[in-house]
Parts: sequence; structure tokens; C-alpha cells
Amino acid sequence: MRISHVLPVALTTMLAFSSSPAASAEKTLTVYTYESFVSDWGPGPKIEAAFEAECNCDLKWVGVADGVALLNRLKLEGEKARAGVVLGLDTNLVTEAKNTGLFEPHGLETKSVSVPGGFSDTVFIPYDYSHFAVVYDSEAISAPPASLKDLVEGDPRDKIVIQDPRTSTPGLGLLLWMKSVYGDDAKAAWEKLSKRVLTVTPGWSEAYGLFTSGEAPMVLSYTTSPAYHMVAEETDRYQAAEFAEGHYLQIEVAGLLAHAPEKELARQFLSFMMTPGFQNEIPTNNWMMPVAATSIDLPEAFSTLVSPQKSFLYSPEDAAENRAAWIDEWLDAMSR
Amino acid sequence: MLTRTEHRAARAAGLAALLCIGLALAVPVLVLVAQGAGTGLSASQGEYLLRITRFTLMQAGLSTILSLATAVPLARALARRPAFPGRRWLINLFAVPLGLPPLVAALGLIEVWGRNGIANKGLGLLGVETPFSIYGLSGILIAHVFFNLPLAVRFILPGLERLPPEYWKTAANLGMGGLSLFRLIEWPAMRQSAAGAAGLVFMLCATSFTLVLVLGGGPAATTLEVAIYQALRFDFDPGRALMLAAIQVGLTLAVMLGLKLISAPSKPGDTKGGSTSRPDAPHGLHALPDAVLIGVAGVFVGAPMVAVIISGLQADLSRLLADPQFWRAATTSLSIGVAAALLSVLLAGLLVRARYSAADRSASPALGLLSALSGAASSLTLLVPPVVLGAGWFLMLGGGVGQMLAPLAVIVTVNALMALPFVMRVIEPAHLSAMQRNGRLSLSLGITGFSRLWQIDIPALRLPLVTGFVFAVALSLGDLGAIALFGSDRIVTLPWLLYQKLGSYRTSDAAGLALLLGGLTMGLMLAADRLGNRNGTTGQ
Repeated sequence: MRISHVLPVALTTMLAFSSSPAASAEKTLTVYTYESFVSDWGPGPKIEAAFEAECNCDLKWVGVADGVALLNRLKLEGEKARAGVVLGLDTNLVTEAKNTGLFEPHGLETKSVSVPGGFSDTVFIPYDYSHFAVVYDSEAISAPPASLKDLVEGDPRDKIVIQDPRTSTPGLGLLLWMKSVYGDDAKAAWEKLSKRVLTVTPGWSEAYGLFTSGEAPMVLSYTTSPAYHMVAEETDRYQAAEFAEGHYLQIEVAGLLAHAPEKELARQFLSFMMTPGFQNEIPTNNWMMPVAATSIDLPEAFSTLVSPQKSFLYSPEDAAENRAAWIDEWLDAMSR
Repeated sequence: MLTRTEHRAARAAGLAALLCIGLALAVPVLVLVAQGAGTGLSASQGEYLLRITRFTLMQAGLSTILSLATAVPLARALARRPAFPGRRWLINLFAVPLGLPPLVAALGLIEVWGRNGIANKGLGLLGVETPFSIYGLSGILIAHVFFNLPLAVRFILPGLERLPPEYWKTAANLGMGGLSLFRLIEWPAMRQSAAGAAGLVFMLCATSFTLVLVLGGGPAATTLEVAIYQALRFDFDPGRALMLAAIQVGLTLAVMLGLKLISAPSKPGDTKGGSTSRPDAPHGLHALPDAVLIGVAGVFVGAPMVAVIISGLQADLSRLLADPQFWRAATTSLSIGVAAALLSVLLAGLLVRARYSAADRSASPALGLLSALSGAASSLTLLVPPVVLGAGWFLMLGGGVGQMLAPLAVIVTVNALMALPFVMRVIEPAHLSAMQRNGRLSLSLGITGFSRLWQIDIPALRLPLVTGFVFAVALSLGDLGAIALFGSDRIVTLPWLLYQKLGSYRTSDAAGLALLLGGLTMGLMLAADRLGNRNGTTGQ
């Protein structure tokens, strides 16, 4: 073995393969988001095509496990983050995201955007919303839980897959939902619920994948998720359970990074986000509700979805103030 | 037989190697301490740490008990059935999990034991309604037994087979029953190797990372290693990572000291294809329990591997092989593997030489210390598990963001250190015999220094060096621990790619990738084994 020959070859190939290919003359915009947004069946590829058609640029997605992981990654990377836009945080995270000092006001007119309860902010712009819900397989479960209480106290043999609140916005959403309903008794409720939890995944994709492959009859997802199965798969098999106490609302937002390499391009993307070119892809690809005008009607299936009588949503400040302590409480309860 | 100058050079080089290893271990530990110290823990955090520690010990203990409780009767059954059909084949099969990347094995285990796996379908046919869950403690235990039952059997069996045939004849003449046979002959023959195996299995399970990460299923089934990873990647909480790492190192230290007390584990030896006749072995229907035990164990260990092959072949392999992402990951993996293996072989060579030199004239206590330290250097890497090591470097490099070479260098170093104990074990005996053979001759011919190294010593060690090298490449190829912290869209290795595909439940892609990765590492391991056998010094 000629070691002296192998090493340089290995190192050069390693470098050649790892560094990104030389960029072409056009500008590049990198957007950090969560993984399901950019998967083949998510809205990412279509939005990319639509935006590139009008920006004369190259749009690059970088997907991480889920929304909270996105914030973790930003905290870690700090000013070294090589992105212009971060898309996929939600209102529960915006205060913490602002406290990193990495975002700057978008300076855009956002009148066309409307969400339940009305959220408007100088730094973050909503791009879709929905309510969290337990989605169940009607062929595996005959009597789905009718309330959060039912879910907590139901038969431990009927399992649910949930997401980790330390990485995932649905996971964090369930944490805040439980807190909204149970208050100081949330810890005891989690201890009870933990008996029904098959596994805790880092992101929504993994959890939903386990659910659809039949590993568990229930999953934490959205009231809008069944629309996917009705539209794309033409089946009513998967349904969202309506909970008597009400449902926790999620408003997903995007923001502009202060150190964006192509700031104007990043701003252009955020403007584009509020137009039909982006919003059209939300209902039938991200399976969430659009926040601004679309040029095509919502599919019929959306009228059959659960529409919660009552919505919960903590203010961004309250969520930020309590997140760490509540997650510790969750860890404590779930590890018992 | 070294000249005075050569002695000096060997010791200086060995000292330098020791210094490098010490630095690679001490820097991350110090960084962890510096960054994490002073951050207080709330009461609930303290309880969480306690619970994780307890779970880590509990799962390791249960895994050890289950593995050994099966391995002892299985080794007994195999020893007294030297002519069992497929026995040789089974023993070879039991060598496979040692080299199988844990991630690939996890995939196979999910195929077999998952909700839609063969095991649960079988249970369903038998009318068992509650499906067995591969997630959580049960999954971790299955995976650990899958890896460690074969290991324990390979430790215990040779001791039984070495017993002289007269023992069995005499026992039969005396009309000894099964119980007294076990108490008086079999148990004394396997007691020591069983204890050694138990200690090793406990150590491996207490530091298990990949299997717990994939099959753990949440905070209730988290080990210290996984919690360290989560504290950094999920919470970015260096304080918690430090606490966890400190507990982990304390724990491994205690276990290692305990192991020393039990005595060093004997190594898995060669088993002979059995010609010893065993008049004590039950015949006819009474032989059934042995046959069932051997059969069940064979299926238990074999089924996940078969599942990996079957589902891997069903995947769209041609598309996977045409995917540039795959080739990028494969190139990165191989480059890391080659670099780590070179480093590992180099360090091992220097340490072995220094140890030889120090032993040659063990007059001064300083030399004795050098020899002892060189020997201990490899165990040091067991003491500070890869995830702890990686965690310190991760903090020091600020997460390795926007950097390429520094994280790669860390991954290479961690992998090299992981392989070091094995590589040293391959090289040391070969080096000793080569020195005995050529030492005097070199001196009398006056070939010394570098020319001796190049012309005589290294060529004589060519085979063991290559064996150690190939083994280290294979070990690095399958590693997820070091890459898990640094993996990003810029640094992607094959195990990391596989973990991501597994995460997003592109199961068909994951299955194909698992087959390719498993095939690659197994191929390398086999090659290392072949080379080692030709040379008469396997890593055993």
C-alpha cells in the first residue's frame, strides 16, 4: 500500500466532492426551512420553480428536521448562517428568534395577509396556518378520542406518535395545548399520556411516516391533514378528531436574516410569499390554510374538515418566557 | 533489538503519539468543563439526569443478563453437538454482528420486529392482539441481544471445546447427570470467559448510541450518550451536556475498574469444527431442546440480516447508484475511513514500537511508565466515548458551522481513536515476532535507522498493517456517533445519509442504502479477516 499516494488523492476527492459546485452567474438565495416543506411531495419544488421563473436567480432549500430545530440551528450558526430567509418558525418561537438578534425587520407591506386572531409583526410574516389535531386511522380505531381528556385517559394499547418539542413545532404545539387545557396539572397529564406514546420523533415527517405505514393508529398532526388523503389518495380513512376543549392554533412565519448575502433577493422572496404564486401551493402541498389570496379555489375536501369552536394560542412573549421550563417539565414527566 | 539511536527515536515517537492522543482526549474534556461549568441545574433537571443514568444502567444490566443467560446454554448446546447440521455456518454467522454497522442492523430489526414485521404477524396469527413494540426498552434489549449474544457465545464456546475428551468419557462412566456435569465441568470451564464477556457486554451496552437513538422512542428510553447528543443538537445546552458527559465517563471508568477486578476478558478464540465425541449429550427426543435452542438463536441472529438483504434488493438500487448524493456520501465516507485508518495505524505503530523499546530494557521507572501508558492509551478511548469526545470538539468549534476541514479532522480523529485498540492488537504480536526474527540480523548487517524501518521492519509487518488498516476503514465506515454531531447538508457520510432517509421514512431508499453500506463493511471485514488469517494474527 503506497500510503503516500493514497492520502493526497483521498483529500482532493473529499474536497472536490464536498465543496459546492461553482455557482453560475445568477444570484443565489438560500432558504432554511423544515424538511417536509422541501420533500418531493411538499410545496418546495413547485414554489422554487414559480419563484425562479420571475427572479432570475437560483433558489436553494436547506431542510432541517422541523421548526424548532431550525431555531436551534440558527442559535448555533449565529452570524455564520449562510441563508437569506428562514421559513418555518411559528408564533411560539418568534420572540426567541428575535432575541437572537439575527433577524431584521422586513420593511414590507403585509396588509394582504390575514390569520385567525390577527398576527402582525415587523420582523416575521405569516405564510400559512392550521390547528393541531390528533389524526387517526379509522380502520384501526373505531372510537377516536373526543377531547384532550379522552386522549390522555384512553386505552394505553391504542398508541399515538408525537414529536419532540425540543425540535418540532407540532411537538411544541401539543406541549402548549396541554398547558392551555390542564394548566398546572399538565405534568400529571403528560405522565398519563406517556403510556400511550409509541415513540417521540424529532420531526413531523418521521411521525407521519410511522402513522401512515401502520406503526400506530394515531399521530399528532393538523386539522387539515385529512384533506391530503381525500384529495391526493381519494380516501376518507384518515380523519382528524375534534376535541371538545378546543384546538391549539399554529401560525407559521418566515423572516429575513440580517446577514443575508443577497438581502434584496431575500426581501423579494418574502413579497412573493404573500402572492398567489406561493399561496396557491400551500393548501394542496403543505396541507395548511393559506394566509393571503390564492388564484385557485380550495378543493372541496377542505369544507369537510374539523373547524375548531375554540382556539388556543399563547402570546409569543408568554411562550418564550416559559418554553424552557415547560420543556424540562415535559422531559421529567415523559422519562418517568 | 534496537540500536541506542533507534531506542531513543522509538521512545520519542511513542511519546509524541501519546501526547497527540492525550491532547485529542483532553482538549474536548476541558472545553466541556469550561463551557458547561457554573450552569446550575434545576430540581427537575437533576431528577431527569438521575433517571437517565438509572435507565442507562438498567438497560445495560438487562441486556447483559439476557445475552449471557442465552449465551451460556447456547454455548453448552453447541459444544455438545459438534456434528449439528450447519453448526460451522452458524458460528461464522455469529461473527457478522461484530462488523455490522448498528444502523443497518436497526433497519433489519425493524423489518423483523416492527409492527408490520414478521414477528408481529406471527403473533397476530397466534391470536395475540397487543402488538409487540420495537420502540423503547423492548426494542433496545432486542437489538443489544442481537449484537451481544453472538459475541458472548464466541467468548464462551472455545473454553468448552478445549476441555479434553477424557473428561466427558469419565463423566459418562461415573454416570454424572446434567446438573453435576454443568457444576463440576462445564461451568468451571466457562466461568472466566463468561464473566469477561459479561463485563464487555455491559460496557458496550452502557455506551450504546446508535441503537438507542433509532429505537429508543422518547425521553423514557434515553441513555446518557443519546442525552448528550440531544443536549447539544436539540437544546444547545452545554451545561447539561457536561453533566451527562461527566456521569458517562465516571460510569465507564467504574465499569472498567470493575472489569480489571474480574480479570481481563479472554479473547474470542477459534472454535474447531468439533470432533470430540460427547457421550453425555442427550439423544433422541431429549436432544430436542438443544436443537430448538440452536435453531431459534440462528433465526434470531440471521433473520434481521436476511431482512436487510431482501428489502435492500427490492429497493431501486440502480436509481440509488445513479444518485450523485450517494456517491458524494460514499466518497466522503471512504475518505474519512482511509484517513482515520492511516492515522490509527500510524499511532498504533508508534505506540507498539515504543512499548517494545521500553520493555527491551525495563530498567528505569520512566520507561515502565511509558510502556504502561502506551498500553493504556487504547483503553483511554473506551473511557471517553466518541459522543463525549465529539461533544467537546463540537463546542470548541462552535458547532463546526461554515467549516469543512476542522469537523472532518475531528471525525477522522475520533474514528482513528475508536479503531486504535483493535489495530494495536493486530500489530503488537506481529511486531514482536518480527523483531525476534530480524532484530539481530539487522544489527549484524548494520542496517539501522530509517533504512531499517523501510527495508526490513515495515515490509515484515506489511500484512498486519494492511489488516489493521482495512479493519479501521470498515469500523469508520459504519460509524454514526462522530458524524451525528457534525453532520449537516455539507458533510454527509453514508451512515448519516442512511439515518436521514430512515428519519424521513424514505424506507425503500433506506433499505437499499443499508444493503450497500452493510455489504461494503462486511466485505472489508472479511478481507481483513482473510489477510489476518493468512498472517496468523487476526484481531483476536
